[in-house]
Amino acid sequence: MDMSLYPHAVAMSADEFMTWSSAMINDLLSAGTKKTVDKLTGPIWSWAMKNSMHPLHWGLACCALEMAAASAPRFDAERYGMIYRSSPRQTDILLVNGWISKKIRPEIRRLYEQIPNPKWVVAMGECAISGGPWYDSYNTVQGLDQIVPVDVYIPGCPARPDAMIDGFMLLQKKIDDYFRRGVFLED
Amino acid sequence: MDTNAVYQSPSVDEIKTLLTEKFEGKVEVYKTETRRVYATLPRECVHDVCSYIHRNLTFEHISTVIGVDMVDYLQVVYQITNYYTGVMIELTTDIPNDDLHVTSISDIWVGGNWHERETYELFGIIFDGHPKLERLLTPDTYEFFPFRKSYKLRGQE
Repeated sequence: MDMSLYPHAVAMSADEFMTWSSAMINDLLSAGTKKTVDKLTGPIWSWAMKNSMHPLHWGLACCALEMAAASAPRFDAERYGMIYRSSPRQTDILLVNGWISKKIRPEIRRLYEQIPNPKWVVAMGECAISGGPWYDSYNTVQGLDQIVPVDVYIPGCPARPDAMIDGFMLLQKKIDDYFRRGVFLED
Repeated sequence: MDTNAVYQSPSVDEIKTLLTEKFEGKVEVYKTETRRVYATLPRECVHDVCSYIHRNLTFEHISTVIGVDMVDYLQVVYQITNYYTGVMIELTTDIPNDDLHVTSISDIWVGGNWHERETYELFGIIFDGHPKLERLLTPDTYEFFPFRKSYKLRGQE
């Protein structure tokens, strides 16, 4: 049964509705309570989360200027619900934009742990992806994925604001997939 | 020239004359250019020369303190500038590999504090009398000095 439109009204005739609703009820009842709740609430969670992405407002390096430009009127990333919060406890995305010196490594891990679940990590720019120009440096971590799991990589040196918005639209799809899988009440 | 007088904006020639007269046999001015004075000196009199440059020649800014690894010995290079005339004095001192000590000048110019900390963390040169000689930007756990020639990265032979 197609539940993708579940919380929204679907235009259908009375006969179609009887068939659809009885099929849905049978399907839900045979699936168990937890899966039923997951299936019903997943699209709602997905809709809510992907349209209110709150990245951590944490400018590490020069890609932070592109992050600022993406929030400015020309690109206006707030259209996608991106609101930067300054506390990791109010965010769900760790946006790392810049080189990671070895001294800041434990702080990144700590910020990641402080973000409440479910959380996503975005590596923006060459430095956060692989070390970039600081390849083989004595003081730079060779990529964010050596410290925390990364969901989306946004290439560029620095990544342009449209690249960043594209990356966050990909992340929206990923958030959507995540919730439609039904993860809140797994058996 | 009167080596004990205070000069507000000495010229390059005056600086050369004053330094060689005041510290005869120690400071050697080996080159001068437009607004540039290059000198070498033994490391024992670094603090004396620097305080003389600060007090009597009125140089108020330390641009940089850096190290140079010459493999057989290390160098410390001081670049001291005068805001009003634009003159820069470059002092070079050699220090042997087995005794990496030089007197701190951070009590003369406070700006030398971080320059010396950086030189310490990159070259391992110890500045005696420095108020807080700790690593500045690299982690405290590092046991090597990355700007030495003996430090090799992965890609190097």
